[in-house]
Amino acid sequence: MASATLNQGGGHVGALRLFLTRAIKFGLVLATTLLGLVAVTFFIGRIVPIDPVLAVVGDRAPPAVYDRARKELGLDRPLIEQFVIYVKKAATGDFGNSVLTTNPVMSDILTTFPATLELATLGTLIGTLIGIPLGVLAAVKRGSWIDQLVRLLGLVGYSVPIFWLGLMGLLLFYAKLGWVEGPGRLDVTYSYMYTPVTNIVLLDTLMQGQMDAFWNALSHIALPACLLGYFSLAYISRMTRSFMLNELAQEYVIAARVKGLSEMRVIWRHALRNAAVPLVTVIALSYANLLEGSVLTETVFAWPGLGQYITNSLQNADMNAVLGGTLVIGAVFVLLNLVSDILYHLLDPRTR
Amino acid sequence: MAGAPPLSPPAGTRAWLLSPEPASRWQARLGRFYLGWRAFSKNPLAVLGLGIVLLLVLVAIFANLIAPYSPIVGGDLRTERLLPPSAAHLFGTDDLARDIFSRVVYGSRTTLWVVMLVAIIATPIGLLMGTVAGYLGGWVDTVLMRITDIFLAFPRLILALAFVAALGPGIDNAIIAIAITSWPPYARIARAETLMIRNSDFIAAVKLQGASTPRIILGHVVPLCLSSLIVRVTLDMAGIILTAAGLGFLGLGAQPPMPEWGAMVATGRNYLIDQWWVAAMPGAAIFVVSLGFNLLGDGLRDVLDPKAAR
Repeated sequence: MASATLNQGGGHVGALRLFLTRAIKFGLVLATTLLGLVAVTFFIGRIVPIDPVLAVVGDRAPPAVYDRARKELGLDRPLIEQFVIYVKKAATGDFGNSVLTTNPVMSDILTTFPATLELATLGTLIGTLIGIPLGVLAAVKRGSWIDQLVRLLGLVGYSVPIFWLGLMGLLLFYAKLGWVEGPGRLDVTYSYMYTPVTNIVLLDTLMQGQMDAFWNALSHIALPACLLGYFSLAYISRMTRSFMLNELAQEYVIAARVKGLSEMRVIWRHALRNAAVPLVTVIALSYANLLEGSVLTETVFAWPGLGQYITNSLQNADMNAVLGGTLVIGAVFVLLNLVSDILYHLLDPRTR
Repeated sequence: MAGAPPLSPPAGTRAWLLSPEPASRWQARLGRFYLGWRAFSKNPLAVLGLGIVLLLVLVAIFANLIAPYSPIVGGDLRTERLLPPSAAHLFGTDDLARDIFSRVVYGSRTTLWVVMLVAIIATPIGLLMGTVAGYLGGWVDTVLMRITDIFLAFPRLILALAFVAALGPGIDNAIIAIAITSWPPYARIARAETLMIRNSDFIAAVKLQGASTPRIILGHVVPLCLSSLIVRVTLDMAGIILTAAGLGFLGLGAQPPMPEWGAMVATGRNYLIDQWWVAAMPGAAIFVVSLGFNLLGDGLRDVLDPKAAR
């Protein structure tokens, strides 16, 4: 981050200094927030009514064994010291081992996260590509049916339980109409036709030229991606509409019209370009929200991502995995917010 | 507050309500309320939302009169399992031969209970954090807002999941977890409002009269923050319902046999393809109720906070 900001500020000493202080401030905020995230998960881990020592040695262990295990787990030390150790470990990505899979939690997260990422990225893509034009049209033709549609999409999007909509989608498009494949990422038949490299199935199959597997994977991802895309679309189109209304009321729009520019140019080149600055933040936020929405979506579609990993671990009282997953999602959330902040500063010359 | 006798208004109730010179605080408040209601009732969608919410409350209160069957004890397992919707069973029956309509009706109690408790727990926390931070400023503000930011940094459902995992599944723990994850936005709003109020003349006047800081915050700042907070909480109700239903769907909210809509959808998942009604009906109930709260919240916002309306 630091080098990118340096380049941006280059040349002007004052601007550079401003940028450096801003970068340091960003860094401090990021550090305290991440530390806070770790503190919250540490605290949650301590209030669990499960004795972690008993989980290791069993409840029939003699006291000597119990005490040794307690010492080895570091539970005999003061709470502050335990916290420092926890922070140190978390900083290196060490969240302990998962009881359920016996792998280190971090390696589990690394294998499941790409699946979540694939889904959320596709969802955001759908939401952005459809949502922005829809929002622009709604703002331009205020009160028309398209405006009402955006309002309705938004209302339903805020009110409908995502897991229920997913189930109903499965019922309709998979069970009744047979348009798409059902739960899972890939049919078993195809799952050995490629070697997982990035763990993003669409990318892996495409790069290895396994077109059959690719189409199968696409058919599997279509429904959950459209579902997440819908939620993203509902949010993005509503925000686009409100930003565009703001821009269209500005004087430069009148000036552009007076100048004789075509309406198309005024709307899509001038107004939208200005509305695009706050939209970046909205898209980043909706991306972050999809990562959250994926917990329920992944359960419905048996999608082997991070969300399903967390819920599976939850149901098996696997606290290391739950807290590790929570922390990773929290960190991604914070980073996305940070990225959107930085993009905002880069795109809007007034904040430089 | 003594209050003027409302029984004999000079020229009809309306004139009394709209009087530009109210004789008492009470009359002024009623008058404002009436004006707000007039604006609110012009918005048909908002009235629809209010209707849905009132219906939810009524159904929850009179659940035992409305529901034709027991929500917990099922019928004959040999003949009454998974029946499709019919006149006898409006929404059909589930895998334990229980009437789904009755369970949805009783489920409204669970939903209302969750929403009320979360609002009662989370609103005062957010209000206090925000007003204290905003009014005192300085390092208190910094510390409180950093804490708020940390909680905001977690996605809500995931944080609630982690808390429920620690506390153990159950409706009460789900309520606590949702409340813990709900207050930060309220604190932000209360703080923003407080920052606007803090430097106004009437606060300076109260200060000169020698009012203590807690008195100023509780007696003068908090009431002024309430209206925008009420709107936000109402708008949040839908989110709270959806989060609670999501926890229930994952098996972490209300435990069986308690009728809870999210958990009922989860049961229906196993019978989705052939017995769609088991999942569809309770899910539709969640949808309608959160839609109602959203419409109501939108309407309230337009009345109470005309700036935000567009």
